[in-house]
Amino acid sequence: MTVLEQRGAYRPSPPPAWQPRTDPAPLLPDAEPYRVLGTESAAGTDPGLLLRLYAQLVRGRRYNTQATALTKQGRLAVYPSSTGQEACQIGAALALEERDWLFPSYRDTLAVIARGVDPVEALTLLRGDWHSGYDPCAHRVAPLSTPLATQLPHAVGLAHAARLKGDDVVALAMVGDGGTSEGDFHEALNFAAVWQAPVVFLVQNNGFAISVPLAKQTAAPSLAHKAVGYGMPGRLVDGNDAAAVHQVLGEAVRHARAGGGPTLVEAVTYRLDAHTNADDATRYREDAEVAAWRAHDPVELLERELTARGLLDEAGIEAARKDAETMAASLRERMNRDPEPDPMALFDHVYAENTAQLREQRALLRAELEAEREPSGGPGEEPGAREGGAR
Amino acid sequence: MTTVTVKPATLAQALTRAMRDAMADDPAVHVLGEDVGTLGGVFRVTDGLAKEFGQDRCTDTPLAEAGILGTAVGMAMYGLRPVVEMQFDAFAYPAFEQLVSHVSRMRNRTRGRMPLPITVRIPYGGGIGGVEHHSDSSEAYYMATPGLHVVTPATVADAYGLLRRSIASDDPVVFLEPKRLYWSKDAWNPEQPTEVAPLGRAVVRRPGTSATLITYGPSLPVCLEAAEAARAEGWDLEVVDLRSLVPFDDETVCAAVRRTGRAVVVHESTGFGGPGGEIAARITERCFHHLEAPVLRVAGFDIPYPPPMLERHHLPGVDRILDAVARLQWEAGS
Repeated sequence: MTVLEQRGAYRPSPPPAWQPRTDPAPLLPDAEPYRVLGTESAAGTDPGLLLRLYAQLVRGRRYNTQATALTKQGRLAVYPSSTGQEACQIGAALALEERDWLFPSYRDTLAVIARGVDPVEALTLLRGDWHSGYDPCAHRVAPLSTPLATQLPHAVGLAHAARLKGDDVVALAMVGDGGTSEGDFHEALNFAAVWQAPVVFLVQNNGFAISVPLAKQTAAPSLAHKAVGYGMPGRLVDGNDAAAVHQVLGEAVRHARAGGGPTLVEAVTYRLDAHTNADDATRYREDAEVAAWRAHDPVELLERELTARGLLDEAGIEAARKDAETMAASLRERMNRDPEPDPMALFDHVYAENTAQLREQRALLRAELEAEREPSGGPGEEPGAREGGAR
Repeated sequence: MTTVTVKPATLAQALTRAMRDAMADDPAVHVLGEDVGTLGGVFRVTDGLAKEFGQDRCTDTPLAEAGILGTAVGMAMYGLRPVVEMQFDAFAYPAFEQLVSHVSRMRNRTRGRMPLPITVRIPYGGGIGGVEHHSDSSEAYYMATPGLHVVTPATVADAYGLLRRSIASDDPVVFLEPKRLYWSKDAWNPEQPTEVAPLGRAVVRRPGTSATLITYGPSLPVCLEAAEAARAEGWDLEVVDLRSLVPFDDETVCAAVRRTGRAVVVHESTGFGGPGGEIAARITERCFHHLEAPVLRVAGFDIPYPPPMLERHHLPGVDRILDAVARLQWEAGS
């Protein structure tokens, strides 16, 4: 008898206290990713919303190409492009109300700017003049998180706190497929479900965690299936379908706001570019696979729907592109100015009040900067000639 | 002069009282952790808080330290003041990433726009016969992380005062509770708790002239005992209680060392890479010309915390401290 047969033969009766806590059936995701564009349900979608989504998608695409170009000019240390993922990021961000909070991961700059953050400030982390450029409270957008999934429990805590205070605020927490393997992903989902916190988790499954494909990341039927084990509903959506993402996220946000608890949404999408400009994607994926996804491009899917329904014409497309070009030109122009970070700011935000030790170190740096400004007059050394000299 | 009722209280009771008073004064103060609610904590330090303030204010969380601290970050982002309990020192390690990658640097990352007033209470240290993972002294890890305050009381009055100060701080505080002192009692008036100095001020617990013992938390009573024993040897030892490892009180420590010219740093944590190395270096840098002997360290051995039946051999005791004091009769060239 094999071990498996032995296991099959062992059928104990359940212990007296055992009963299923929740019927898993309603929590299970659909078998196929939910779609709107190109289906009959598209007709019921607000044309104004679709046009708003389209304008943002075109801007998002242009933002990605412009930011990638800035890495080649040395203006950004690195840029993780989200070309191909515009629909997930923008469709999700636009499903939030102003009072809601967004917890983005490092690739989610499009969601961040869709919340109204200045496109330049969304790149501060990657430019390297500070770790976070924008005021999180002003836009209700947490800093872009670089460690994977660690921002998810923050979203749960914030949503829980808001509910304790009686505010109907929802938190949207974004993570990639690789991030779902992290312990913090598990802990955040578990806390959210136990506390019934008003949180929506959005997994953008773009196929790869740098080079590791989903099949090596998880054995689950889908990432949306993971929700069931925590006792929350899982939804599977076509991440390249902006209308579908917006609808599913909108439902999840309303569900959370109404006290229904968290939802896990998996948006199935694809990262058309490499992980970052520093990555060589040809090492781990076939051109044919990329081509198949290019044929399912989120911007084109929406453009086709809008033109087929007579909501968009060549002039409309041109206008959207022109608007995106204006944004890119402004981004380019402002990013090409040399940032002048103040070295003294290094000591400004470590503690509310500096320790004696930091006061000493601050004085040391100030003295060094003053010495740089007023060189002792050695031959060949001019004021400000040294790299990084303070002004 | 009015007489106040001063009766014995334990260090644990003072901590409970500190949280209770902080919660009563400020509705933003929330306590969360594993077992802190209905049970009142495995050491009963949160006893009664859930009953008085409800489970929304004193919350039994799922068993997950990263989740406890990670959700506390979000709560602080929304204006609450979470007081988090990590049940035992080594159980805090799963939360280390949250502490180091987020808690300690959120203020810095956001240029002061998002301070995180979180107090992380961690029972630490040995001496209670705990099994593996229940007796670590992890203060060096926290000291090495900029953005955190690291506080550790050794007396009943300080347990109250320093915890109140920590909860009121707009910056994150790792509040290390010497678990073997939880049941130590002191005359203390809970109705009029003694005001204490701000975080970052050391205190001279025993004045002396021959040498200075510099210590904190669980080793303070050992050092005081050693100082009493040293009198028989003709040594009049001064004992400094740091109370706060970050910020570090160079002023009090150096003034004490300059008075005596000799210093021994005493702690349970490992000597190699431990707090004593930092403290000895700071003293040497600032007081070199006042020193009559090298700064010595009496620390735990550089081993994983030993099993309970052997811990008495590991922990710095009176004899080991007195041996170090004897070595302070150092002569150049010896």
